[in-house]
Amino acid sequence: MASTYGTYGGRYVPETLIPALDELGAAWQAALADGGFREELDHLARSYAGRPTPLTLAERFSPAKRLYLKREDLLHTGAHKLNNALGQAVLARRLGKKRIVAETGAGQHGVATATVCARFGLECVVYMGSEDMRRQKPNVERMGLLGAEVRPVEFGTRTLKEATSEAIRDWITNVESTHYLIGSCVGPAPYPEIVRELQAVIGREARAQVLEAEGRLPDAVVACVGGGSNAIGMFAGFLDDTDVELVGVEAAGAASLGTGRTGVLHGSRSSVLADEDGQIADAHSISAGLDYPGVGPEHAFLRDSGRARYVGTTDDEALDAFRRLTRTEGIIPALEPAHALARVDDLDAELVVVCLSGRGDKDLAEVLGRADGD
Amino acid sequence: MATSHPLGRKALVIYLMAGRETPELAEAAVEGGADLVELGFPFSDPLADGPVIRRAAERALAEGMRTQACLDCLAAVRGRVDVPLVPMTYSSLLEAYGWERFAVDVRAAGATSLIVADLPADERAGLRRVQLVAPTSTDERIRAAAAVTEGWLYLVTVTGTTGARSEASGALAGLAARARSLGDGVPLYAGFGISTPEQARAAAELTDGVVVGSRAVELAERGSGPLRDYVRSLRTALD
Repeated sequence: MASTYGTYGGRYVPETLIPALDELGAAWQAALADGGFREELDHLARSYAGRPTPLTLAERFSPAKRLYLKREDLLHTGAHKLNNALGQAVLARRLGKKRIVAETGAGQHGVATATVCARFGLECVVYMGSEDMRRQKPNVERMGLLGAEVRPVEFGTRTLKEATSEAIRDWITNVESTHYLIGSCVGPAPYPEIVRELQAVIGREARAQVLEAEGRLPDAVVACVGGGSNAIGMFAGFLDDTDVELVGVEAAGAASLGTGRTGVLHGSRSSVLADEDGQIADAHSISAGLDYPGVGPEHAFLRDSGRARYVGTTDDEALDAFRRLTRTEGIIPALEPAHALARVDDLDAELVVVCLSGRGDKDLAEVLGRADGD
Repeated sequence: MATSHPLGRKALVIYLMAGRETPELAEAAVEGGADLVELGFPFSDPLADGPVIRRAAERALAEGMRTQACLDCLAAVRGRVDVPLVPMTYSSLLEAYGWERFAVDVRAAGATSLIVADLPADERAGLRRVQLVAPTSTDERIRAAAAVTEGWLYLVTVTGTTGARSEASGALAGLAARARSLGDGVPLYAGFGISTPEQARAAAELTDGVVVGSRAVELAERGSGPLRDYVRSLRTALD
């Protein structure tokens, strides 16, 4: 299995975790080779998660283009995160692990993880920064209802970076009983590859759907990038279609790819927001899901190779796009994909597919709070 | 400089976070009986560390202990004590500074070797360093780490992060026995979770030395005197 993407990736973790990563990698390879694993996942995707998700033409949002939205917001639990959580839960069961730990930023991955743990009867502990718990209260309540224990992380930035560190520390301590259900295409190998493959269903479906609707491939495919899992899943469907431009959109205050440097964070070498001494910098975004100073190593590789390009969206631009999609299409997006929507009009492309990675219910308090302050 | 366990006694390794008072504290630790000093170069996101060392790292960074300041601190400690000095840090600092350049410059500043807490033996295999093995490590990984480690092999006594534990680790005996049979005579020092003289003595019965980190950092916060007394209590328990 490739553990690196060019010079990015790797397994920069304490030795204690290496045997568990080896075991996970072996279980993953065995699962891929086992038709039963794919069948079980496909069945869960259809009968439980609500796949395939639709592709929706958004004529009023972007009248000058043919803009399609890949509707991961319609997936069970309201975001693409469930694709990964379901797959890893099935994998954890194959490993015989009964306890799951996860980190969450916006809470969507925490909710997806709590959901699959409820579905499969697994113990679930979710680490979440206390600042994110404030910003994403409905998701904290959902996790509690689903039976997960949400552990607040009260130090450092009190956001996703620290929550991820604490989840990894828990995993180091409980590695023999516990599977770490990482939420994005980050972390030590084999996680970036596992998450990418579990999210690749987004891109595979979108490619077939746009071909059916338009009879041709899109000019550009756009997705928001925090850790980068919805984007890597979307891009995976189009990587070999070299005429399709791949555009990742970061929060301007958390642009690990746009303004970062090569560094090591949470187990892999990638592009990170760090100072010249390698100390990790604080990210800033209105969107808790994008408020992370690292990014998946494959994105750093795609940036360097030129196959994908990465641009930024400010908080205000994301809020504008959030409101505009709500009023023009009757779809309330999460703030994360609103960052991607905000860049559509800039593209030199006619036929565009945006990954609408999640729905915006969780963001209402944040958005309405801003509106009051305007 | 020799890094095998000295003087025919059990080696006592004391961890201190780099900071303004560290040269004086290191001197106190050596006066108390430390045979080697680990010097923490703080990192913002220390995955292998529990709350005591994490907080010490946060404070050190807030005081400006960036890589160059840590190298200066290392050189200042070198000027005060004659025991081996081993910086302990994380990959991100080496990535930013340059992996080879970091290895060269810490030695130029007086280090005997270095420890990178998030760098298992098969990553950056060319970088000479003290390797760590854990209770979860396979025999194959223990053998490989022992073959390339520099000076001694660091036995992580618990599956967990650094920090005091009330119970002695039950995992150490098995790990020490495996490392002894696979390690081709390399000295074995046990660390993580050792804080009391009793724990130090119990761990040293199975190994060639012990590493004490979090509790030493807490005592160092109270000053040289308390640290010296604490290290002396460990020394007495080991001898």
